[in-house]
Amino acid sequence: MTFEPERYELTAKPLHAFESNWEPDRRDFFKNLGGGIVVAVLLSNSARAQESGGGRGGRGFRQPPAPQEVGAWLHIDTNGGVTAFTGKGEVGQNARTSLSMAVAEELGAPLSSVELVMGDTDRTPFDFGTVGSRTTPDMVPQLRRAAAAARQALIEVAAAKWSVPASELQAENGVVTDGKQSAAFGELARDQQIYKRVASESGVRPATQWTVMGKSTPKVNGRAIVTGQHQYTFDMRLPGMLYGRVLRPETFGAILASLDASTAKQMAGVSVVRDGDFAGVTAPTTSAAASALAALRAEWKNTPQTSARTLFTDIKEPVSASPAIDKALAEAHHKLQRTYPVAYIAHTPLEPRAALARWDGDKLTVWTGTQRPFGVRTELAQAFRIPEENVRVIMPDTGSGYGGKHTGDAALEAARLAKSAGQPVKVTWTRQEEFTWAYFRPAGVIDVRSAVDSKGKLTAWEFHNFNSGNSGMNTYYDVANKRVEFHNTKSPLRQGSYRGLAATANHFAREAHMSELAAQAGIDPFEFRMKNLSDARLKAVLQAAADKFGWGKKHAAAGMGFGIAAGFEKGGYVATCAEVSVQPGREPRILRLTEAFECGAIVNPGHLHTQVEGAMIMGLGGALFEAIDFADGKILNPHLARYRVPRFRDVPPQIDVVLVDRKDLPSAGAGETPIVGVAPAIAGAIHMATGEWRRSLPMMVLSAGGSAQSGGAAF
Amino acid sequence: MELLVNGARHQVDASPDRTLLTVLRDELDLTGTKYGCGEGQCGACTVLIAGLPARACQTRAAAINGKAITTIEGLAKNGRLHPLQEAFLDQQAMQCGYCTPGMILSGVALLAKTANPSREEIIGAMQGNVCRCGTYPRIIAAIEAAGRRMKGAAA
Repeated sequence: MTFEPERYELTAKPLHAFESNWEPDRRDFFKNLGGGIVVAVLLSNSARAQESGGGRGGRGFRQPPAPQEVGAWLHIDTNGGVTAFTGKGEVGQNARTSLSMAVAEELGAPLSSVELVMGDTDRTPFDFGTVGSRTTPDMVPQLRRAAAAARQALIEVAAAKWSVPASELQAENGVVTDGKQSAAFGELARDQQIYKRVASESGVRPATQWTVMGKSTPKVNGRAIVTGQHQYTFDMRLPGMLYGRVLRPETFGAILASLDASTAKQMAGVSVVRDGDFAGVTAPTTSAAASALAALRAEWKNTPQTSARTLFTDIKEPVSASPAIDKALAEAHHKLQRTYPVAYIAHTPLEPRAALARWDGDKLTVWTGTQRPFGVRTELAQAFRIPEENVRVIMPDTGSGYGGKHTGDAALEAARLAKSAGQPVKVTWTRQEEFTWAYFRPAGVIDVRSAVDSKGKLTAWEFHNFNSGNSGMNTYYDVANKRVEFHNTKSPLRQGSYRGLAATANHFAREAHMSELAAQAGIDPFEFRMKNLSDARLKAVLQAAADKFGWGKKHAAAGMGFGIAAGFEKGGYVATCAEVSVQPGREPRILRLTEAFECGAIVNPGHLHTQVEGAMIMGLGGALFEAIDFADGKILNPHLARYRVPRFRDVPPQIDVVLVDRKDLPSAGAGETPIVGVAPAIAGAIHMATGEWRRSLPMMVLSAGGSAQSGGAAF
Repeated sequence: MELLVNGARHQVDASPDRTLLTVLRDELDLTGTKYGCGEGQCGACTVLIAGLPARACQTRAAAINGKAITTIEGLAKNGRLHPLQEAFLDQQAMQCGYCTPGMILSGVALLAKTANPSREEIIGAMQGNVCRCGTYPRIIAAIEAAGRRMKGAAA
């Protein structure tokens, strides 16, 4: 399957362009894996071309295939240890666990014998990035194929050794046996140098026969997390390492007119680097670096910048007429025209951006928390004008991303400072830097017009998204007469991917609009959706959520309301119900959320459950109170005290998750789509409670100069 | 000056501008204590000072005055996890895990003060700790489970 990135899936523009130049050099890209059994999975688009050379046993492991041809590797060493290599990364979505399960399942090996090397540009095959919920649909099948082929290779070795037909042998729990004799994987891998390539056609176990996959499995490195032993990039240290800080412009777009570094340069162990508009310091400790940074005297030349006040007019543009829609509206029984403004929000990963860079001559190694290590390698190679082979990017399991860590900003900064320092340098962003110099989920304005006939069927649908993106934009409701467009207008702030990308905004607008239209037509919002849907999978999750919630079974008391929303994106189907209480002058209280989610055959039910639950809670922030405020090129609320995120008290007293397991369907990702139904379901519930439609994200009224404050009477 | 961390004494450079967070992380290499915001708003840097929860990013190392500090690295005893660490594993109360050390230490402080806390007591005590992945329901369940287990062990 080819992955088509949407506009914001790629990157915000790099923060820095350096003027300096270095001579390129080349080196071998791969390291030898050693003996044993190696299986490489060819990507489907190159599989045909490689078919003639693939699938051979023997001593083939000399020259590994070029990285773009191969999706994943697997290596069984002579001790029976299994190492799988994938360019995907772990950002809290528990891919390390689910991918390990995939290997264990198909290999017939204990889960504890499987190790995953992830996101290392020297050791793992090329990967576009841990984005778009692609890890499960792309990498789980690849690793399963690799493991299935390795299992077959082990069986063939044993068959030859014992002179029995391979068909009589089984591989389970790290051992090959024919019932009479048995040999451990390590024993069979000994004295072998088997190199196999497999293409996408290789067979794997159907989900109905899974013994490892499909069962709740705890995080494979959970103990390292609860004991504080896991090292995030933020925590890493190398001998002789210095701490780097970067001088940030006063405002967006400002140019460094002059820099007086004389005071900073006199501080012990401090160096100052200036390269064009980039300036930074290195120092032996975090606090010394902060002091040196504070001692820099800079003058900035500012350029005019816009403000949040005019955002929703700034990002709009004229739209051509729609005579067919006009006509349908004129003839409709009920019609509705509404606008949905959506604020910029910050991903706020708890681990801010961080990178540790080390130069060895003209070779660069960078550890950084990024969702796209190969993309960051390209950024670094371009910035320093060196070949990509000279750059190695390693992504340790990272303190979350939510689409916010696609770029290599901190990596560029650490590498630039380390180049001058001649020592390794670690750059760790402050929370304020993270809130200002990272990129945001795009703001947007969405205009919707619609019509229904006397039978409650949709007859027209017009949907214009300005700036926020096209993910999840097309309607899945049956309507012949429709116009759905994305308008790629100019964003005043740096913006990029987010959890679900624009699907959060587009689902809010579409589903809130559907509920309002249902209310206008006097039809129950659940019935209205079912009446206008053909998609069986979407109807199934709607029904499952409604059943669990008890939709239509009880009437809301005064000040209470119920809401419902449905969605489909990235292979996942979701329906969400909300129960809300609104007292005058008080914040709305979300009493109950119910969500049904279906993403094909479930790989790890326990982690899928937490992923859905977590997305729902994160979704509360964007629905109710998260918003970046800005004016004149400055972020006005770049602090957690001014940018409210969901906390313990915001968690609804009751959250019900219904997982619909479709063992007959391929597994899709689940890290993003479960977020999209929360805001529109709450909008419907608030309307039932108050009679008022909240059509902006966030739905709570913001206090002056910032986002909604904790505990404030903001409704 | 001297710091007593996880039962061991350490000589550290504690110039007045240094926070306990940077001393723990940069000098003692105890990086389980996390930087999350530097403003005492997220709880990722929570440690115990004389058994009470404190934000290491808001605490000057020079002000500790010999009191015993416990970080996440010092919670397990002889390789045996604290009941709350066990409960975090049982409940899978983590996704990216970055908030986990601070969550566990805030929870340990609560359990030391209030055996078997109610949901409302847990929310009140944990309100200052942020989990951006949204594992709050699991963390509440983990604290409840550890509370039950510790009460059972004490009885």
